[in-house]
Amino acid sequence: MASTNGKPKLALYWASSCGGCEIAVLAIHEKLLEVAEAFDVVFWPCAMDFKQAEVEAMADGEIDVCLFNGAIRNDHNAHMAHLLRQKSKVLVAFGSCANEGCMPGLANFTDREHILRFIYQESPSTDNPQGVRPQLRTEVPEGTLELPDFWNTVKTLDQVVPVDYYLPGCPPEAKWVAAAVDAIVTNKLPPPGSVIGMDVAVCDECPRKRDVKKITRFYRPYEIVPDPEICLLEQGLFCAGIATRAGCGALCPSVNMGCRGCYGPVEGVEDIGARLISAIGSIIEAKTPEEIDAVLDTLPDPAGYFYRFSLARSFLRRTRMGQQDGRRVAEPIAEVPRLEPELAD
Amino acid sequence: MTEERVGVYVCHCGHNIAGTVDVEAVAQWAQTLPYVAVARDYRFMCSSLGQELIEKDIKELGLTRVVVAACSPHMHEPTFRGVSARAGLNPYLMEMANIREHASWVHRDDMAAATDKAKALVAGAVRRALELKPLEPFKAAIKETTLVVGGGIAGITAALEIANAGYPVVMVEREPSIGGHMAQLDKTFPTLDCSACILTPKMFDVGTHPNITLLTYSEVEQVDGYVGNFTVRVRKKARKINTDVCTGCGDCWSRCPAKVVDEVFEAGLGYRTAVYRPFPQAVPKYPVIDVESCIYFQKGTCRACEKFCPTGAISFDQEDEVIVLSVGNIVLATGYKTFDPRQIPQYGYGRLANVFTSMEFERMVNAAGPTGGKVVLRDGVTTPKSVGIIHCVGSRDHRFNRYCSATCCMAALKFSHLVKERTNAEVYQFYIDMRASFKDYEEFYVRILDEGAHMVRGRVAEVTDAARQPGEEGKLIIQVEDTLIGRQRRIPVDMVILMVGMEPQEDAVEISHLFGIGCSTAGFFTERHPKLDPVATMTDGIFICGACQGPKDIPESVGQGAATAARVLSLIGQKEVEIEPIRAQIDESRCSGCRVCNTMCPYSAIDYIEELGVSRVNPALCKGCGTCVAACPSQVITGQHFTYEAIMAQIEGLLYDVRSGNGHKTVAEPQPVEVA
Repeated sequence: MASTNGKPKLALYWASSCGGCEIAVLAIHEKLLEVAEAFDVVFWPCAMDFKQAEVEAMADGEIDVCLFNGAIRNDHNAHMAHLLRQKSKVLVAFGSCANEGCMPGLANFTDREHILRFIYQESPSTDNPQGVRPQLRTEVPEGTLELPDFWNTVKTLDQVVPVDYYLPGCPPEAKWVAAAVDAIVTNKLPPPGSVIGMDVAVCDECPRKRDVKKITRFYRPYEIVPDPEICLLEQGLFCAGIATRAGCGALCPSVNMGCRGCYGPVEGVEDIGARLISAIGSIIEAKTPEEIDAVLDTLPDPAGYFYRFSLARSFLRRTRMGQQDGRRVAEPIAEVPRLEPELAD
Repeated sequence: MTEERVGVYVCHCGHNIAGTVDVEAVAQWAQTLPYVAVARDYRFMCSSLGQELIEKDIKELGLTRVVVAACSPHMHEPTFRGVSARAGLNPYLMEMANIREHASWVHRDDMAAATDKAKALVAGAVRRALELKPLEPFKAAIKETTLVVGGGIAGITAALEIANAGYPVVMVEREPSIGGHMAQLDKTFPTLDCSACILTPKMFDVGTHPNITLLTYSEVEQVDGYVGNFTVRVRKKARKINTDVCTGCGDCWSRCPAKVVDEVFEAGLGYRTAVYRPFPQAVPKYPVIDVESCIYFQKGTCRACEKFCPTGAISFDQEDEVIVLSVGNIVLATGYKTFDPRQIPQYGYGRLANVFTSMEFERMVNAAGPTGGKVVLRDGVTTPKSVGIIHCVGSRDHRFNRYCSATCCMAALKFSHLVKERTNAEVYQFYIDMRASFKDYEEFYVRILDEGAHMVRGRVAEVTDAARQPGEEGKLIIQVEDTLIGRQRRIPVDMVILMVGMEPQEDAVEISHLFGIGCSTAGFFTERHPKLDPVATMTDGIFICGACQGPKDIPESVGQGAATAARVLSLIGQKEVEIEPIRAQIDESRCSGCRVCNTMCPYSAIDYIEELGVSRVNPALCKGCGTCVAACPSQVITGQHFTYEAIMAQIEGLLYDVRSGNGHKTVAEPQPVEVA
């Protein structure tokens, strides 16, 4: 449904995110004028003064395209996801948070109780002797204040509502935002469900020279000065580029920093972390379990390396939930005992 | 996929499956699964009637996929693939669900659970079958040359059988001469044949056979390829002897001033020179120069051998040679090593002079050995008046090897006879159980008993030279519990022989990796089937025989050597082989050239195409193991027949909730519960 001026209607929304995706929209520079030319922006809380009630008043499907960034981590995020889904013909998961959970998704290594306790009570900079925590409803003289409920588990957009297109990246690179805009304007959209981007891995765009890989230890970026010509992974610097969708132009590896994996898995891969684990496990040069452990000890926080952006979307989703005092809480990550070979009696 | 029609065949396997799994219920339930056109159970699906049943259904009901729920695909996959092929269905559209090993055999005590598990396995197989794609096997010509690795009696037998049938054989032996352990022995049990007399003619035949190329003092370095077409790189170590002119006259070693203990052939009991031939009947007859102990190589002067060599055959600057062979089949006969008894310090080997290993004693009683066949103590002159023979040293011992080394009982009895024959000393045999289970062995045992050997049943606790009682001074005292009379005994003897067990070669695990075959944790090579395929391996075209597969004596090694020859000849006779088309394939349009897979391939089948920036699988070398498929971070390598889709479908099938009401509701995707 075109608006009165005949332009298709565009909405942009941010749920649980950092705001970087909003900047990414602006980073298309003069193309933004084309956007303004081509679309009638009907909702963009970050940049324009529209109210939620105005969206609620729209007819179903009235918005032509909604670019939705941010993960879903509270009731209000979910409400807006359902609302915008209902009001939009095309819903685009915009940026890593909406695609796969991104940084907010790392909260799935813990749970609401731990997060609230730390933030409002235990963090070193907090002074809260009464242990006051935010309440869903607070009575004040002016009436009742409401806060949305905070979830135990961060979800991706498509775990909450059906999504038509995916635009990955943290944030999406301007050229792919522009490409998406072009596709929408010219009505050359790929089949629904598609990821707008390339279908190969970052290595394809990476200028570094690659050889066979054998890793005897990992280095953290401050520990060595890498050779600027050679594959970072071969030099022991963790690089997720082998498993990450190309499209960024290998920005990080080009400046001596291993790919973090923000573009998510390559086309067709369900779980980038699992792929990284089997790939990295394959190229570790060690024979005995002790040698393997020694190599892995040089890779601190493996869960963070392998699932930095994708925990919420992964097969794992989150740490296991157990019961404590009648509430479901994340179980502490226990040290898994190594199985010793059966000893002779 | 709507037109797909799946036939499910649930086998009773007599009582093997039907005793624990309710096979009728599984078949009835399978009938309700999507796309299943027919589901039947039958007593023995692998019988000709069972096979005909499936063939008939494929033809009459137009089945497009077949699922056989029976035993391991290891056992009957070829059978049921054959059934499909005969009925005109591509054999790779047949899938097996292993409800015997995976359900009935492991859940004997819980029929309901075993039946549920069988249903889940069938559901997984049906889902997987629907994702399978037809494949066509490759055909490849078989090269007629066979490589035999190891020149002991097993390898010699295999080589001669194949060569006599008219096909070329290359034999590679690590030591300077073929012959193996059998060449070290004096007599063989139970017939007391002279070992050398029966072995050396065969060694000679190998050395002179027109169809056999002998590469001694050589080792295999690399193996590539597949059944019918192996490429093998062999390093021929420098003998430092020009074998074209050497006559084997012996002038060199008789003049060589460097004497070293011969740890290999003489088992440490005798000496050899730096330039040496291991033993007089060695094949080939040429010596080698042991660079480590040669004075010229170590100190720069000497060259005595060169001076005295009448034909100028000494070649100090000879270098290793690398030979590349192209062979169709490979026979591994790499043999064994003996257990090092120093690991049992209470038996005193290496500390008490007159404690010998069985291999040392073999050399001692050998007429061509260091003592000329005289049984004497370590001083070289004193004849023992009493000898204690301790069985199972390093065998049947949970600290070392749990297995029985199979040959020591009979060898110990043979020693008993030889000691009696040479010295008339008293012989004590300390055994756990006497094992004399093959032809004429029991009779031999009785004969030795008649010769007056003292049999003491019990594991020896200690061999000591600390005398405690009169009559023990200057003797080795064997402390043992005689379990037949229930008493501790101290038996003083002059000489102790430790019957050391057989162990895999030091580098058996590396050899198994080199040739791409299986190997037990102990290090013995794994046969394809312990009963029905004892000399084949899981790698087509590679066969094993002799003690590298497990401890065995000469007749059994010879039998296995001949068996490998039969298997090889059967393959050569087929002229070409069908090779499973299950291969890894890289989608080059989506490969980003990260090269993670490049080092992974155990068969070196992956090449990196520099100009395209992609990796590529060479289907002739790929064995479809799937290592690269798992390693590819972009998931662009597909394992044919084990595609991502097929595996995920199988997992989804396995997760069918077989117990819920209508039978096949999928288990809900696990979702974290939100707490309000």
